[in-house]
Amino acid sequence: MNTSTFSIQPDAATAALVPGHVVLDEYVEARGPWSAVVEAGDVLTIVDLEGNQAVDCLLYADGDTAARYSAAATIAAQGSIFLTTGSVLRSDSGEPLMTVVADEVGVHDTIGGACSQESNTLRYGQHTHEQHACVENFLIEGSKWGLGKPDIVSNINWFMNVPVDPDGALGIVDGLSAPGKRVALRAEADTLVLVSNCPQINNPCNGFNPTPVRMIVTRPEASR
Amino acid sequence: MTDMTQTIESAQTAAGTATVGTAAAGTATTAGARAHARAQHGRTTDTMMYVPAAAAPECLTAGLPEAAAASLTWAESLAFGRYTHLELARGTRIRLTDTDGDACVHAVLFRAGASFERINVADTVKVPWQAYLGQGHPLLSDAGRLMATLVADSSGRHDALTGTTNLAGNQAKYGAGSAHSASPAGRELLTLGALKHGISQREVPPSISFFKGTTVDADGGIRFTGSAGSGSAVELLLHMDAVLVLANSAHPLDPRPGFTGTAVDIVAWQAPQDLEALAAGGLGFTPGPEHLLALQNTEHDFTARTSA
Repeated sequence: MNTSTFSIQPDAATAALVPGHVVLDEYVEARGPWSAVVEAGDVLTIVDLEGNQAVDCLLYADGDTAARYSAAATIAAQGSIFLTTGSVLRSDSGEPLMTVVADEVGVHDTIGGACSQESNTLRYGQHTHEQHACVENFLIEGSKWGLGKPDIVSNINWFMNVPVDPDGALGIVDGLSAPGKRVALRAEADTLVLVSNCPQINNPCNGFNPTPVRMIVTRPEASR
Repeated sequence: MTDMTQTIESAQTAAGTATVGTAAAGTATTAGARAHARAQHGRTTDTMMYVPAAAAPECLTAGLPEAAAASLTWAESLAFGRYTHLELARGTRIRLTDTDGDACVHAVLFRAGASFERINVADTVKVPWQAYLGQGHPLLSDAGRLMATLVADSSGRHDALTGTTNLAGNQAKYGAGSAHSASPAGRELLTLGALKHGISQREVPPSISFFKGTTVDADGGIRFTGSAGSGSAVELLLHMDAVLVLANSAHPLDPRPGFTGTAVDIVAWQAPQDLEALAAGGLGFTPGPEHLLALQNTEHDFTARTSA
């Protein structure tokens, strides 16, 4: 990654959506994976640096990765398929893992899941089978934490827009994000955050052009 | 000993089983206990699996195609609050009937002998560009293949978005949620079914449900649409050998305070001719382009690993 690309970015304390002491500030390269444990009470800000970049995301309880993000439990509990400020991201057993505490976009996706080489062949044709895809990122990055294919389930897509029409038609359409837009997640428990900075180039989720994102973790000043 | 026999009989009666007939002379000896046990063979109850499937009562098999009668592989009436599971061959057609109108059947599919390949609900709605399950909807694996097709549907009330119920949720709503409780959560039941095939809880993916529906509003709000009423049926056609695990349990958005529901009737038969008929549009619907690509991927895989 060419770090000079980010030389004009504000410092992390300024870029964080929720004020606090900066404990992590990393860039995720275009098409790349990322992971970190966000400790209970800390806030992860995800910055969509260049706009319209889908950030595929899975969550696991750091102490017991069998407790993992459940799109279904999250949707059922909040009564909506969209994520925004106030959304509680729940595990399979209904326990809160993280909460969206601030959001500059308003709509994030819960139902579209991740791209894979295999599903790409159905959506765009066999010629896409050798392209990069999110499932590969999840597998590579997850393996560092002892996670395997059984642990990869329906995920969150930050900054991705998937409306459902009255007749049930759904699809990934142009995003509602823009350069610099942010979403902030507070960890309710120590949470392993697994990310694929989506490499998809065949649909509007990345504007057909994957770009980097920034991850900033802040700790409330009071708890330093 | 007499007391114990009576206890067993009471327990069986409470479980809905017919009362023990004339038991052999006591169960104080192995011979007596054996005779007592064997005297129970051949009993029936309202909800049970019929083995062999050909022994099923006519109420389960009514309306099946004529050819199905000779190739029945599964006939069961599954009680509300219980689960079932079976490994089924490619070309199997499965009919689920909400006979009394208050079933909710949560389902997961695993490829037989290779459980790392399993149903993917996100791909199942994203790839065909359709959030609501209905006739002609493909059920896709996480390997870009077609596990099953929903080939018939008279309900139209299904859900691929809110999954099944969980232990904590049922404890809060009904007071209990474990598999042996009076209000077992769907996830607990699906887990048990998977475990019996050597598949761990980690491998149990998000499920789909039949006979209790949801719709999505323009603002993302999800709305419970309940049941279509008694007699609704869906039929699945399997495109690969697969383990099907079914749990008949409450829908997560069911607004009723009580754990309430009715049995579901299940019949399956071999219909390999339908595999080709589907691609040709001969099953009452025209598969979409993504559906046909998934079918091609499945057939490619089948050909590659099957000797001539």
